[in-house]
Amino acid sequence: MIRLENIFWRAPAFQLEDVSFTVPDGRYGVLMGKTGTGKTTLLEIICGLRRPDSGTAWLGDRDVTREVPGARGLGYVPQDGALFSTMTVRAQIGFGPRMKREASANIAAVVEQLAAETGITHLLDRKPKGLSGGEKQRVALARALALRPKVLLLDEPLASVDEETQDDLIALLKRTQQEHHITVLHVTHSRREAEALGETRLRLENGKIVCDMP
Amino acid sequence: MLNNRFWIVLVLICGAYLAFWVAMIAATATYTSPQDVWKVLISREIQYSTVLSLVTCTASALLSLMIAVPAGYLMSRGRFPGKALVDAALDIPIVLPPMVVGICLLIFFQSKFGQLIEHVVPLTYTVGGVIVAQFVIAAAFAIRTMRGVFDHLPSRPEDVAMTLGCSRWQAVWHVTLPAARRGVFAAVSIAWARSLGEFGPILVFAGATRMKTEVLPTSVWLAWSVGELEQGVAVSLLMIAISMIVLVAIRVTGERA
Repeated sequence: MIRLENIFWRAPAFQLEDVSFTVPDGRYGVLMGKTGTGKTTLLEIICGLRRPDSGTAWLGDRDVTREVPGARGLGYVPQDGALFSTMTVRAQIGFGPRMKREASANIAAVVEQLAAETGITHLLDRKPKGLSGGEKQRVALARALALRPKVLLLDEPLASVDEETQDDLIALLKRTQQEHHITVLHVTHSRREAEALGETRLRLENGKIVCDMP
Repeated sequence: MLNNRFWIVLVLICGAYLAFWVAMIAATATYTSPQDVWKVLISREIQYSTVLSLVTCTASALLSLMIAVPAGYLMSRGRFPGKALVDAALDIPIVLPPMVVGICLLIFFQSKFGQLIEHVVPLTYTVGGVIVAQFVIAAAFAIRTMRGVFDHLPSRPEDVAMTLGCSRWQAVWHVTLPAARRGVFAAVSIAWARSLGEFGPILVFAGATRMKTEVLPTSVWLAWSVGELEQGVAVSLLMIAISMIVLVAIRVTGERA
C-alpha cells in the first residue's frame, strides 16, 4: 500500500497542498495531471529523494517519511530510465543486489530471470548507448525489480516511445505487477495509459488530489 | 549569397587569429637550429628544470583534482545560501594577477598560522612552494572544469542508485564519477597545463634558484634576463611541444573544458 497523508510542499513554481491519497495493496495506481503540477515531486517524496515540508508517507504499515531512499524497499523508474551510462545492462540490473551484498550466484540468477521476464536477455552485455527508448525502459524496469520491491514508482515510463512499443510496455507493466504482486504508482499524461492500466486513478490539480476512480 | 558572405567573414576572422598563432610558433621554431635546441635541452640545468616541472605539475594537478571533484560537485548540485558569492570567490585565483597571488602566498606563510604550517612542511623558497604556487591557480581551473562536467551529467541515475540501497557517497562513487571520468581527465590535464605555464607566483613564493626551484618558465626567464635568447627559445619550444601533447590528450578524451 502507498499512502500519503497531508503532504505539503512549497516550490517557487508550484505547491502541493494537503495531498492525501492511498493506493491499496497490489493495486495499479495512476496519477495524472498537467505538466508542472508536482507529480514527479510527489514520487520523489515517496522515494525519499525529497522531504515534504509536512505530512507523512506510508508504505504498507510503515511510516517512511524519515527513512533514506534505500531503506524504503521500493523500485523507481524515472522518466528517461536514467540508466547508468558506464555499466552494461547486466551490471545495471545486478546493481541493487550488489549494493545489498547479495551472493554473486543469487545476483546472476536474479539478473537472468528479470532479463527473461522483460525480454532483454539479448541486451545483457550491451551498454545503454544505442538502446531504443523501449529497451531502456525495460532495462530500468528490470533494475527497479531486482531488489524484489513491494512498491514500484513509474514516472511517465511510456512518454518517449512510439505507440506500438507503448502497447508492448503496457502489457509488460500489467503482467509484471500481477506476477510480482506489487503496488504500483504510475505518473502519466496519457488518458490511454490510465485507462489501460489504472485500477486507482488520481488526478493532481492545483496542488490537490482529485480521485477519478478510487 | 548574403548568407555565404556572413560565413566567409567569420572564417576570415577565425583564420586570421589562427594564422597569427601559427606564424608566431613558426617564427619561434625557426629562430634557432635543431642542433642548438638539442644542445640546450640536454644541459644539466634544463634537464633539472624539465624534470622538476613534470614532477611539480603532476603533484599540483593531482592536488587540484582532490579539491576540484568535491568543490565542483558542490557548486553543481548543491543548493545553499550564498552560493553565488562562493562561486565568485572560487574564481578569484583566475582573475587575480599571478604576481599578486605569489605575494599573498608569501605574506600568508609569514603570518602566525602560515609559520605553523612552515614549521611542519617548509614551503617558502622550496620545491614544495613551487607545487603550492602552481596548485592555488590550477585548482581554480580544475574546479571550473569539474563543475561544468557535473552540470552536464544528469542527477537522476544517482537518485535511482540511492533507491537501490546506495548512500549519497556510494551513488557518486559508483555511478557519477565513472560517468565523469573523461571530465576528470580533462580537469587534470587543464590543471597540469596551467601549472606548467605558471611563473609569477613561483618567482615570488618559491624563488628562481638554479638547480633548486627552477622550473621551465623560470629557465626561460633566467635565460632571457641574461640575454641568452637561444636557450630561452629552446625551452619555449619544449613547453610548446608539451602543451600541444596535453591539448591533443584533452581533445582525444572528447571533453571540452
